[in-house]
Amino acid sequence: MDKGLPAKREITFETELFGSKTFLIYVEPVFSKAGETIGINYMGMDITDQVRKRERMIKIREEIAVQKAKETELNRTIHITEETMRAKQMLATMSHEIRSPLSGVVSMAEILATTKLDREQRQLLDVMISSGDLVLQLINDILDLSKVESGVMKLEATKFRPREVVKHVLQTAAASLRKILTLEGNVADDVPIEVIGDVLRIRQILTNLISNAIKFTHEGKVGVKLYVVPEPPFAKEGSQNGSAGSTANQSTTNVPKEETCTSTSQTSSDQRGFHGKKHEGSCQDSSRSERGTPVTNGTIDVTEEQAELPETTVWIRCDVYDTGIGIPENALPTLFKKYMQVSADHARKYGGTGLGLAICKQLVELMGGRLTVSSQVHCGSTFTFILPYKVSLSCDRSDDADDDLSDMDDHGATDDDATAGFFQFQPRTLGSLFSSNGSSRTQNLLAHNIGYVNSHKINGFSENCYSFPTSNGQTKEMDLFEDACSVAEALEISPEPESSFSHSPDHDNESAICRDEHHHNVVNAENKVSTRDVSSCSETSREVDVKVKITEPQLPAERQGRSDSGFQSTLNSSREASNSISKPKILLVEDNKINVMVTRSMMKQLGHTIDVVSNGVEAVRAIQYHSYDLVLMDVCMPVMDGLQTTRLIRSFEETGNWDEAAKAGIEKPSPSSDSLQPDCTPPRRIPIIAMTANALSESADECSANGMDSFISKPVTFQKLKECLEQYFP
Amino acid sequence: MDFVNQLQRKFIDYSSSLHREGIVDDQFTQLRKLEDENSPHFVMEVASLFFEDCEKLINNMAIALEQKQGVDFKQIEECIHQLKGSSSSIGAMRVKNACIAFRSFSGAQNREGCLRCLQQLSHEYSLLKNKLQTLFRVSVASRCLYVCLVIFCRENEHAEPFPDVLVFQLEKQIVAAGGSIPRVH
Repeated sequence: MDKGLPAKREITFETELFGSKTFLIYVEPVFSKAGETIGINYMGMDITDQVRKRERMIKIREEIAVQKAKETELNRTIHITEETMRAKQMLATMSHEIRSPLSGVVSMAEILATTKLDREQRQLLDVMISSGDLVLQLINDILDLSKVESGVMKLEATKFRPREVVKHVLQTAAASLRKILTLEGNVADDVPIEVIGDVLRIRQILTNLISNAIKFTHEGKVGVKLYVVPEPPFAKEGSQNGSAGSTANQSTTNVPKEETCTSTSQTSSDQRGFHGKKHEGSCQDSSRSERGTPVTNGTIDVTEEQAELPETTVWIRCDVYDTGIGIPENALPTLFKKYMQVSADHARKYGGTGLGLAICKQLVELMGGRLTVSSQVHCGSTFTFILPYKVSLSCDRSDDADDDLSDMDDHGATDDDATAGFFQFQPRTLGSLFSSNGSSRTQNLLAHNIGYVNSHKINGFSENCYSFPTSNGQTKEMDLFEDACSVAEALEISPEPESSFSHSPDHDNESAICRDEHHHNVVNAENKVSTRDVSSCSETSREVDVKVKITEPQLPAERQGRSDSGFQSTLNSSREASNSISKPKILLVEDNKINVMVTRSMMKQLGHTIDVVSNGVEAVRAIQYHSYDLVLMDVCMPVMDGLQTTRLIRSFEETGNWDEAAKAGIEKPSPSSDSLQPDCTPPRRIPIIAMTANALSESADECSANGMDSFISKPVTFQKLKECLEQYFP
Repeated sequence: MDFVNQLQRKFIDYSSSLHREGIVDDQFTQLRKLEDENSPHFVMEVASLFFEDCEKLINNMAIALEQKQGVDFKQIEECIHQLKGSSSSIGAMRVKNACIAFRSFSGAQNREGCLRCLQQLSHEYSLLKNKLQTLFRVSVASRCLYVCLVIFCRENEHAEPFPDVLVFQLEKQIVAAGGSIPRVH
């Protein structure tokens, strides 16, 4: 009314009879003709229903929106899941594809590291090798994990000797140990000599735990303890749920056929179960009696009840302990989760992928065991896993290595190895360990690389401190092999050591072949040497001297005549004095270093070593003291050029004295020194070849006018040198 | 296998281009032949020595040409002579030709001409250095890869078939390009 404008409003009344009702009230003022408001019209409409409808519509729309959102979310999740699955599959496939060539690159890099490299190159190569290794490890971990997760993991059951496994794992770890730590292994006496289990996986777990322990321990020791325990409580539970192991097939390979117990053909989860009345009585009896008597002597002394049974189960506990940095309590629960490391700092500082423990846990549980950890910060940690192993009684007594133990054979394992329960690896006592074990393996691993290894000097990996006797050439080659092989092998603490072993039986034959190939190499070398022998009538030993550059200068004497010594690559062939007697002595007089290098290299290919001086004065001096069969003389040189030098030399040859040279300022050689021919015979005329930059006629005439016999125009080529030598040393 | 082939081809093409462009000549090919298992990196070593030498000489000449009192053309001629000798020995054709041109100007004691020649010489030297360093990189890479491949396929006999014929072809290619095969039997 005051404003004079119509208005409408919704007003809700609460009525007793009809509940709440909403009215739309419309009010408008009425104006007189004069414009004064005299009254209002008002209208009311019952819009309750409409309001309700409206509200419902809103609600419905809301619900629809929510539904839609949920749907999209679900779809996205499905997509993501599908993609994840596909990605995982692809990752597994790709990883496998990537792994093969990557191994190649890494192996090659390791070999490259054994060649001569300068510091910068070596640093780059080290980075390359460690990165490559890391990537390989990661790929292997990923593959393993996806295999285990997808349930495709098959468990093997092979006989193996726990002591040897422990020893080998420790050995491998010790070989690549870069810190001062003591590694020890202790296998209790009651642990059987041979057990049946998936040795590859067990070794993988052990290796992983040990390498973790080493990684996080900076001083003190890392150790493995193996001992028998009574059947643990967790084995009794979960008898009905074979979830962990249900997807695992147990492929029994070496179990004797006469088993009567049905449990052996069941999955591992059943194995640990105590199924009560489910099984045959005998089986049950055995397991019960097994439990009853804590197996202190689980090897062969079986009670009569088990006599009919070929197998029994023994639970062995393995502690991997260290005196490392420890694990904080709050990190323990997530320790075994995938991709988890104790902290981000840890990850950064210690590296690693965080997959190792997850894999271990999965594997252990798959095999029917448990993996636990106890730790104290700054003191150390102990990782424990308990696994059931079957023990085959019939074979326990046999001492001869079975053919099943294909992966143990090449150790040449003795009985001592089988029964030795305690090993310790102090830092720096690795040399002997490896040379004894490595020799049988050297020809097996990397056998085909012999030729290549042969051609390079091994000067890397000094931190592994091998010391091998280098008493004679033959041993030296063997050492080179061992170095290369054990070093290459030591670098692989990959979880798949089977690669190194599965090769051995195949390569047993190859070792013989490769030795032959090696000789073949040698024969080739000799042939090559003799065909290069263009103009010199030298003996093989001298050729070898030239062809085969040895690193230690004191060895050449021993090496004379040994044409199968290793080829070394050095360019420092600066041997001013030749060792041999009837090879032509050649003097090169040249001031330009590059020309010297090129000429020397070409002469080397032609089978000659040369002496080098860089100006005329030095050339004269050289001739005063040594007898040369040929002189290659550069014409343009500082101090004294080639022409004058030649003149002086010719004057000596004609007069028998060095007076002219003395006039030019070069002292005469002292009579007591080993100057040349006895004074009665006139000095021999030395062929002097000029090396001219511009071979125009003026130079040629000048050269011969000054006493030179011939000339070679620069740049010096192989062909020119060859012809020259042929001319003067037919 | 493909990438190895590609790398090989790259190496061959690149080294052919060096010859075509006149950056190196036959003498360089000769040097390559001097590489064997006793000196597998001979060319690289000679080239490095040459680079050092060349830089020093160019530097000396630059300093000599800047002398206000008077340019010592004799010193410059000596430097040129050295450089010509070295570049001719390793087969650096364009550098050598630049030296020859330079020599006539220095003989005529023409300072301006010498400066221009020095610049040209510098340019040729840089070009050579770049090209050779690239060539070495490709050569080393392909050598590595080749060996790696051979080792790898020997070790993985059950992997995809990698017949010896292919390996042999690779070897031929490398040798044809002037490279050398490390002895892997």
